[in-house]
Amino acid sequence: MKNRQNLPVGLDTLAEIWVYLSATPLFGLTLTLVAYVVADSLYQRSQKHPLANPVLIAVAIIITVLMLTGTSYESYFKGAQFVHFLLGTATVALAIPLARLWKELAERAIPLLVAMLAGATVSVVVAVGIARLFDAPEIMVASLLPKSVTAPIAMGIAAQIGGSPTLAAVFAVTTGIVGALVATPLLNLLGVRDWSQRGFSVGVAAHGIGTARAYSVDPRAGAYASLGMGLHALLGAITLPWVARFIV
Amino acid sequence: MIRGLAILLVFQSLGEVLSGLLRGAVPGPVVGMVLLFIFLVLRKSIGESISTAADGLLSHLSIFFIPAAVGVMLYAGALAQSSLAWMLAILLSTIGAIATTALVLRMLSRPTAADKT
Repeated sequence: MKNRQNLPVGLDTLAEIWVYLSATPLFGLTLTLVAYVVADSLYQRSQKHPLANPVLIAVAIIITVLMLTGTSYESYFKGAQFVHFLLGTATVALAIPLARLWKELAERAIPLLVAMLAGATVSVVVAVGIARLFDAPEIMVASLLPKSVTAPIAMGIAAQIGGSPTLAAVFAVTTGIVGALVATPLLNLLGVRDWSQRGFSVGVAAHGIGTARAYSVDPRAGAYASLGMGLHALLGAITLPWVARFIV
Repeated sequence: MIRGLAILLVFQSLGEVLSGLLRGAVPGPVVGMVLLFIFLVLRKSIGESISTAADGLLSHLSIFFIPAAVGVMLYAGALAQSSLAWMLAILLSTIGAIATTALVLRMLSRPTAADKT
């Protein structure tokens, strides 16, 4: 209180307003939306270059602001939780592109299921294999195992098999960003041009963030990506805790 | 739009209830997605309001991942240890999974007209 007397009136008022604002949900909510608008406009301006991934850029902006202002993640999340909540609603909304493609999906059910199983197996075997090769701690191996499944499910699976839910969430998000970054050059290199094959593979391997990338490139790729993500989520939730008994 | 959003929230709630009955084995939103998909397929039409609401949310799907992703800052210390292990594990397994899924699907599919780019 004493220090206040020494501050010029303007700064004193500004500091007070800042103390008030940073404690309300308004701060985290505004920061999230502004960072996304900046990141998305960079992404659009770069002609949707994979390296300009909007999640990656927005997260970098937000962490920088939080560190510079000494704001904790907890108080940031007070506002950001409203955006976080809508992730659930957006997940439910993925049913709509799937329903639009229903007839086509029913005809292709077997090839899609087989491809998803193959991709999911490679994901688990390679991730666990490499972590073992580097002698990573067991808790890390168990948290890596479900990383290609959408974050909320990956967290639940990790908790069941002796991993850490928080590490699992970090690994799932990182996987999503990596998938969104590598998908376009990788699929071009392999000569995969079909939007359904491109989208589906990204959804299986890189869940929601990969699906967001697929949507921004082509709506058909996006619909197939959400199918890949959804199938992998269901399969993962049911089988991965059982698979883990043999390899973790 | 609001009508569509209300329908999405109703299915999200139904999903949470069913997920609770399944003891959380599958998260609520995923159950909600499956229930809404079944409902739409049985009804045989999607409806304009729900299409508008869904397309609005899905065209900016990226933003909804941001709050959780910022949580990475809490684990900077833990992640700095064995960083080579988890980075390589994620990079190579993701490349492997995308390539395998795409190539297996291509091998098993007949080319369709809609997919020519």
